[in-house]
Amino acid sequence: MEAYLDNSATTRCLEQVTDLMVRVMREDYGNPSSLHTKGVEAERHIRAAREFFAGSLKVNEKEIYFTSGGTESNNLAVLGTALANQRAGKHLITTAIEHPSVQNPLKHLESQGFRVTCLPVDRAGVVSLEALREALCDETILVSVMHVNNEIGSVQPLEEIAGLLKARERKPLFHVDAIQSYGKYRIYPKKTGIDLLSISGHKIHGPKGTGVLYVNEKAKIRPVIFGGEQQKGLRSGTENVPGIAGIAEAAKACYEGLDEKIDRMYQLKERFVSGVRALDGTTVNGPEGRAGAPHIVSVSFEGVRSEVLLHALEEQGIYASAGSACSSNKPAVSRTLQSIQLKKELLGSTLRFSFSFETGEEEIDHCLRELERLLPMLRRYVRR
Amino acid sequence: MFQAFLIKYGEIGVKGKNRYVFEDALVARMKQVLSDVEGTFRITKEQGRIYVEADGSFDYEEAVAALQRVFGIVGICPVVLVEDRGFEALSGDVTDYMRRLYGEEKKTFKIHTRRANKNFPMTSMEVNAELGGRLLEAFPNLSVDVHDPELMLHIELRSQICIYSEVIPGPGGMPLGTNGRSMLLLSGGIDSPVAGYMVARRGVYIDAVYFHAPPYTSERAKQKVVDLAAKVARYTGRIRLHVINFTDIQMYIYDQCPHDELTIIMRRYMMRIAQQIAEETGCLALVTGESIGQVASQTVPSLAATNDVCTLPVFRPLIAFDKEDIVAVAKKIDTYEISILPYEDCCTTFVAKHPVTKPQVERIRRSEQALSEKIEEMVKEALGGREVIDIT
Repeated sequence: MEAYLDNSATTRCLEQVTDLMVRVMREDYGNPSSLHTKGVEAERHIRAAREFFAGSLKVNEKEIYFTSGGTESNNLAVLGTALANQRAGKHLITTAIEHPSVQNPLKHLESQGFRVTCLPVDRAGVVSLEALREALCDETILVSVMHVNNEIGSVQPLEEIAGLLKARERKPLFHVDAIQSYGKYRIYPKKTGIDLLSISGHKIHGPKGTGVLYVNEKAKIRPVIFGGEQQKGLRSGTENVPGIAGIAEAAKACYEGLDEKIDRMYQLKERFVSGVRALDGTTVNGPEGRAGAPHIVSVSFEGVRSEVLLHALEEQGIYASAGSACSSNKPAVSRTLQSIQLKKELLGSTLRFSFSFETGEEEIDHCLRELERLLPMLRRYVRR
Repeated sequence: MFQAFLIKYGEIGVKGKNRYVFEDALVARMKQVLSDVEGTFRITKEQGRIYVEADGSFDYEEAVAALQRVFGIVGICPVVLVEDRGFEALSGDVTDYMRRLYGEEKKTFKIHTRRANKNFPMTSMEVNAELGGRLLEAFPNLSVDVHDPELMLHIELRSQICIYSEVIPGPGGMPLGTNGRSMLLLSGGIDSPVAGYMVARRGVYIDAVYFHAPPYTSERAKQKVVDLAAKVARYTGRIRLHVINFTDIQMYIYDQCPHDELTIIMRRYMMRIAQQIAEETGCLALVTGESIGQVASQTVPSLAATNDVCTLPVFRPLIAFDKEDIVAVAKKIDTYEISILPYEDCCTTFVAKHPVTKPQVERIRRSEQALSEKIEEMVKEALGGREVIDIT
């Protein structure tokens, strides 16, 4: 039996998504910029997608931009606003547990003369508001904080952060990487006070290579890709029409009965966490229950190397990840796990299990059964 | 501008009556590598030389790169072919050749003419002298140096006339297939692919065995070995890779034997298994990437203890190499980048914290007696269940 518990790495495309994409590629294949009917047909898909995302976020349609994925959305948000606002100041704030697609553009800006403050997180992986308050200054032009952490599922207090920013005389822009949270939380950027928000298609059962960036119409931002001035010049390049149709179709499916889906994922999480806690030598990292995300559980297994456990599970058809898949090409020690001060000996013994609304209870049980069987076996073979 | 190559080969020349065997093997391998290159090529053997002639247009860079992977070739000379239309025409052709290749560069030169076509009206000495004079007139920056010229211009008078002056180095060695077949113990490391390359360079076909230990080693570690074999196969031709699942044997050794001897005993079983496959498949020797003192299992006593189980000859071409020399070859044959990918191999997972560095063969043999109950059956099972992948 198979148990795909790596939904934070990527998800399986829904059938209605691939069906629609095939239809768009074969039938509505026009260039949305073309003046003829073929172009208009293609444009219709983009307009519908924009409408849906605007509706789900309760923002204006013209504030929705389509990108090639989460990485591009984050890059555009960080680089685009820094470049557009550098006259107002050159200070940027982020957290220690951001995804590399936020950290690395910031690192690049640092080399270009910007100043970056990296906020610490507590043991639960939640950013310190006190530290944020202290870091904010008149020079600050952007604060970038992820909503749900991809490795441990910790959730950041977006409302409180936005509150601190609003209290400033000159409010910095607030970017939220919502790649792990869109489709698992109801997020309303305007109400909360978020100016930029990143979404990725393949984390919500849509196609890879698709993403969305919400940009508040009042936010000053510059493009980082130049070309034919599509999407009001902020994101040039012929729109990926099948991808855009696909990501919207996937988002629709997530929002159908969203509250029930969220409840179900929490139940799965509970079932898994209590099962894991019953096993010897395990530590569940990150926040408990509803304080954490519904779909991500990080577990440390004493005395077992994560790579070995991962492959042992894989032999039983169970797929999880060591650290996060995005950075596992280079097995470096996770910055997030270090930031929550996980014990040194557990850093290399930690796996992430991540669920989706498609995950079945039998998959959870299968995984728990195999963990119970495999752990004592693997612990026998350690270096002596 | 070049339409042909003259191939220089070294040691084959001295192989007496067997020479044709070596030449035929060389030509066969050249045909093989050139079949993947854009263009049509004719390969001819003539009076102790091998010519590659292209019919029509071809990819020059690719052809040179392909020939540089053919063992036995010492030099590749790009040749311009012209019709024999008498000395005046030849003189014009050679001037043209020099202008296109060297322009007005300041150089010392010497002409070496070979008169295979004895009907040519001038002797080779006459051609040298007359042509030299013409070139000195045409290129004021040229001067003659008959002892140590910077530029050696070759003129070969045959039915057509060959002009060449450059020698691109080949890999040397002996043509593939002139020295039987050997079994390489291939890991994901830097050394074993280099060892395989070096033995193949002496004309030996290579097959390989890899020990896979899931879940301690991953699918990616196996893929890495397949990728390495593919890089080596560009030189050695097809490699038949035998993948042995080694996990059960490793665990059994772990359970039954002293831990400081794990690696040695493990390696003894790897040798035994490799040897069995070798014997089954007609390989005459084993090849390893071992190098004295590199790790605990490669001290001289450890090598001796490992060698104790081998009846076939074991070739260890890197035995006296320093690591940096091995790395240099790995970079040359383009395996280095793959080798340093960070996937675990089975040796690192099970290695003891303090392995023995001076194992005594007698003691190791005694330790292995603890395995007698099940090990033969397990080896048989591992051999029977092996996966075979042909890599070209």
